[in-house]
Amino acid sequence: MGMIICRGQLVEDLWQWPPAEPPSAADPLAGGRVLLTLSQWLQHRDRARGAGCGVWLAPEEDPAMLLPDLPELSLIAIHFPVFTDGRGYSQARLLRERHGYGGELRAVGDVLQDQLPLMLRCGFDAFCLRTDQSLAEALRRIAGEP
Amino acid sequence: MYRYNQTDQRLVDERVIQFRDQMTRFLDGRLGEDEFRPLRLQNGLYIQRHAPMLRVAIPYGTLSSPQLRALADIARRYDRGYGHFTTRSNLQYNWIRLEDTPEILAELARVQMHAIQTSGNCIRNITTDAFAGVAADEILDPRPYCEIVRQWSIQAPEFLFLPRKFKIAISGGEEDRAAVRFHDIGARAKVAEDGRIGFEIFVGGGLGRTPMVGQLLRDFLPREDLLTYFEAILRVYNRYGRRDNKYKARIKILVKDLGLAGFLKEVEDEWAWTRGGPATLSGDRFQEMEAFFSPPGGALPACAEGTFRKALEDSRPFSRWVARNVVAHRQPGRTIVTLSLKKTGMPPGDATADQMEGVAALAERYSSGEIRVSHEQNLVLPQVCEEDLPALWEAARALGLATPNIGLLSDLVCCPGGDFCSLANARSIPVAEAIQRRFEDLDYQFDLGPLELNMSGCVNACGHHHIGHIGILGVDKNNEEWYQVTIGGREGNRAALGKVIGPSFAAGQIPEVIGRLLEVYVASRREEEIFIDTVERIGLAPFKARVYGEAAWA
Repeated sequence: MGMIICRGQLVEDLWQWPPAEPPSAADPLAGGRVLLTLSQWLQHRDRARGAGCGVWLAPEEDPAMLLPDLPELSLIAIHFPVFTDGRGYSQARLLRERHGYGGELRAVGDVLQDQLPLMLRCGFDAFCLRTDQSLAEALRRIAGEP
Repeated sequence: MYRYNQTDQRLVDERVIQFRDQMTRFLDGRLGEDEFRPLRLQNGLYIQRHAPMLRVAIPYGTLSSPQLRALADIARRYDRGYGHFTTRSNLQYNWIRLEDTPEILAELARVQMHAIQTSGNCIRNITTDAFAGVAADEILDPRPYCEIVRQWSIQAPEFLFLPRKFKIAISGGEEDRAAVRFHDIGARAKVAEDGRIGFEIFVGGGLGRTPMVGQLLRDFLPREDLLTYFEAILRVYNRYGRRDNKYKARIKILVKDLGLAGFLKEVEDEWAWTRGGPATLSGDRFQEMEAFFSPPGGALPACAEGTFRKALEDSRPFSRWVARNVVAHRQPGRTIVTLSLKKTGMPPGDATADQMEGVAALAERYSSGEIRVSHEQNLVLPQVCEEDLPALWEAARALGLATPNIGLLSDLVCCPGGDFCSLANARSIPVAEAIQRRFEDLDYQFDLGPLELNMSGCVNACGHHHIGHIGILGVDKNNEEWYQVTIGGREGNRAALGKVIGPSFAAGQIPEVIGRLLEVYVASRREEEIFIDTVERIGLAPFKARVYGEAAWA
């Protein structure tokens, strides 16, 4: 299990990442803390709703696609393919400020300690950092040390 | 002038601590070059040809005397005793040491300055008219709005990793002196028929590799909506601007791809969510900000009577300087003085530490302690009493800042070019100097009248060559420096891009090319017609014929 930072604490990541193969009708989705891509979510929506699934958003995807399902979601992971791609900041603000999403909003991918303060201010509350990043230093950034 | 409150001061102080830590991690190898690059750029630090370059923000071109003294002091202690004022009213130090940068930023923070967002793919320094607040033709003073936008732009975490850089200019005069149509967003003050105050909004202008004149996005934006609307534009750009090719990543390409109507629809749809929301500006906010920029009691003290008129008659050099470098202030008896940084032999826009200190003292004595940086790379004293002009002129002459050439050929605009910049294809400073030397005769320059010559050392167009009446662009052909010439560009209300006259030239040919263009103008001009108007009237053909025609090139 990898470690992530969630709401200022170092915790184990209990989520399963998007399956390489699209889930089939037989896959158990319920109770498994499964993270689906947006297209998987839309395809298996009926089964996934109420099953404790989360959604993984790519930078070009529109968070408004999740609008009817937001109260059902306990995790949305926003992917930063490279840290210089700033689209995720807009996605986060839209989800939090416009669409009122209240669940965990996690930055994943090329997530570096120096961007954490910006991410926090855009509404992210969880961070799965790039593996070379010092989690101790990341925690200090999150605590607001300049 | 604006003065920092605790929040502003904390922001720059914390930034110094943060950058010091980032620099330490970079130097000891814990922070990689790729990860450090955007961080240093967002703090104004470039790695250049000879040394790192630090670009200091001069928000909307306004400086106090203590700030200019601090810049002089930094130039002396950390650089080689001078700095370069840029076409976006910033100041660049070209010879600093990498490891000194955090300390320089700390020095800047002590005088309420910073280098934040002077580079990088983020919202850059906000620029305006160098005559803001004092120009006789002003609709409104743009500086309070510039300051509001400045504060928003350096506190907006959403827009620090845009597809590409983003430049905003705000202008308050009848005449646009801020080149608003050559910015990603340009806002031009406007009063609606019902008396409401607001702005015309232009979008997608810019120079660089793909020069474009900005298009009118909104005919009237009430001033209360300035930030919600800017945020809508930025968000549309952040989400949909191209990120696959840095040469197609500016907002102008997105506007072109979506079409103006398509882009407008995206912005208006986005704005519909935030319009009238919490980011809407209140009347109190404007009043609070305006108070920083108006003189105590609403007007400057009246000026004493003196010998100014007589001095004009007595001294031709003085009257010439007044004719070129002094313009009307909105308050009778006051004037706006431009100190020329275009003396032949000095790289255009460069000022020594001694000159900066001298100007700081002159501003304190004659101009309420305030200095402006113009986008033509000169320094402006915005509130000088007419009667002080003779003494000011003498003092400016002693500093080498009284060349009576504002708006004339030798007041040319020029980037640092290949002598300093790692992007440049060609040098620009020696070519500028060759032009200034060839046309040193002031009588000839006065006879030619207003003429804007702009030169850039590469397509990035920091010298704004596209909008020079005459533009010169350095290009690389088989590892040799060549120069392409355009004519017909202009800024202001009749903004236009220059057109290339033909094949490029060697550096040594440029003064002669300019000479030939001017011959055609002098032979064709009508009474009082300035160069650019003649070009618009007669077209390029006569100029091309003279430059490339019968006379053989040596």
